[in-house]
Amino acid sequence: MSLTVRCRFQRRGRGSFLLDADLTVPGTGVTTLWGPSGCGKTTLLRCIAGLEDQVDGRIQLAGKVWLDTDAGIDVPPHRRTLGCVFQDGLLFPHLDVRANLLFGRRRRNPPAGEEDVERAVRLLGLDGMLDRLPDTLSGGERQRVALGRALLARPDLLLLDEPLASVDAAAREDLYPFIAAVARREDIPILHVTHDRREAAALADHLVLMSGGRIAAAGPLDAMAADLDGPWAQGPDPVAVIDGRISDRDQAFHLNRLEFSGGCLWLPGPALAAGAKQRVLIAARDVSLSLDEPRVTSILNVLPAVVTGVRDRNESQVLVGLAAGDTSLLAVVTRRSAANLDLEPGRRLQAQVKSAALV
Amino acid sequence: MIHPDDLIALGVTLKLAGISTLVLLLVGTPLAWWLATSRRPWQPMIDTVVALPLVLPPTVLGFYLLIFLGPNGPGGKLAEAAGQRPLAFTFAGLVFGSVVYSLPFVVQPLRDAFAGIRPGLLEAASTLGAGPRDRFFAIALPLSRRGYLTAATLGFAHTLGEFGVVLMIGGNIPGRTRVLSIALFDHVETLQYGRAHALAAGLLVLSFLLLLGVRLINRRGPEVRP
Repeated sequence: MSLTVRCRFQRRGRGSFLLDADLTVPGTGVTTLWGPSGCGKTTLLRCIAGLEDQVDGRIQLAGKVWLDTDAGIDVPPHRRTLGCVFQDGLLFPHLDVRANLLFGRRRRNPPAGEEDVERAVRLLGLDGMLDRLPDTLSGGERQRVALGRALLARPDLLLLDEPLASVDAAAREDLYPFIAAVARREDIPILHVTHDRREAAALADHLVLMSGGRIAAAGPLDAMAADLDGPWAQGPDPVAVIDGRISDRDQAFHLNRLEFSGGCLWLPGPALAAGAKQRVLIAARDVSLSLDEPRVTSILNVLPAVVTGVRDRNESQVLVGLAAGDTSLLAVVTRRSAANLDLEPGRRLQAQVKSAALV
Repeated sequence: MIHPDDLIALGVTLKLAGISTLVLLLVGTPLAWWLATSRRPWQPMIDTVVALPLVLPPTVLGFYLLIFLGPNGPGGKLAEAAGQRPLAFTFAGLVFGSVVYSLPFVVQPLRDAFAGIRPGLLEAASTLGAGPRDRFFAIALPLSRRGYLTAATLGFAHTLGEFGVVLMIGGNIPGRTRVLSIALFDHVETLQYGRAHALAAGLLVLSFLLLLGVRLINRRGPEVRP
């Protein structure tokens, strides 16, 4: 069920803007459109949803053609079987949570089953709020309802337009697992728009970089994040992404063991189910480098790694690309340390990971 | 206290205001929706035409309506072709006149209510499978509840006080086209101040109560708008 998009859209008048995008979204997992504000991410999403007029090109999801200018096809938004979650939820203020959830369900044929409703309510933790009005919900709760509402319209494609932008930082951390759970459970492609690097790192399987109304680059998230010359690593706060599985638990010290292709990490926190898939983010500034295996240190996680590349970041710092097994890591160190360690591609060393964030 | 003839005039007045309000809401809804959503170059023109009765002397309006609806006007010709008598000096003619006369009082609150709905809500509804009609009835209409209450009350109250238009096109036929304001005028002309007082005070109180109702409705919490 992959989505292919080739579209041109010109917004005229004040803030005139040309979108010219060519994009394939894989049939499963989360594809994140990432780029600065005003690069055309949201406009592209709106073109796919059919919310913009006078779009040129071709948009096709699996066998269904939604737009084909040459053939004179332009399916209106209410007949494109997709679900949308907008930046500020856009729940219907005159309907309670239950009626909001069921709004799309009543309008699709065949409708989502009763068990789908129960599953969405359980998955998104909406149990206690079904009779409340949107005005009485917190930002995070509203976005969960919006997500459930979109899911119950039985979409073939889920569009998330900056779904966490209007939610405060703490609630955002709480929402990642919900969205990740939806991505794992529902067998539909998700196209997600954000300008937030951490949000992209938390949710994306595939990353599409946009700038100036065009697609700049696209690929799997880990490869894109590890590309030392790419905009991700060149950005203000580079982060490496590690996907692994929980393999063990140290009950006495409250640590979970995460196993991945490059080794294992001990991560503090409440117990996680053994075997569960888990993603962690390791910020480049939280990785320090040492030539020998440190004997006595407070750092719990030390990974043997090989330098893959070194790039100047500014007058005093360099960005170091590392490979731990098949897994890419990034480290920011001072230029003096880089000189002392004689950092160059192929050099073997120990990467000390000060902290890793679970997502 | 109120003379039986005046009661009949009251009945005609309420019937006229009620039917006119109903017609106004039906005609005004699509018109207001168009005014609120259209970006056409002639939208300001239509908006202005709708607002004209606010400033035009009712006698001017009534005069043109009389010409239009009379036996030699286009409206009269049309009625004749349909096998009907011309609308001038009939109750149906009064309804027609009232609808034109009170149009802005109904269309403007509706237009503002529709314009106040976040466009995103209608877009969200469309991505959930709701077509244009469905979006109107499921989202726009319930979110404009208050606009409808204001429009209906203003339309009704304004038609109650109608004088000039009625005088021009309705005449003064008791039980048919004789409304309260005309009856009041007649009483003053014939120096029946007692009956005039009863009608004037009655209209005053009724209008006050209607407007007070609108105020209270509009004050009860903010409009349901995120």
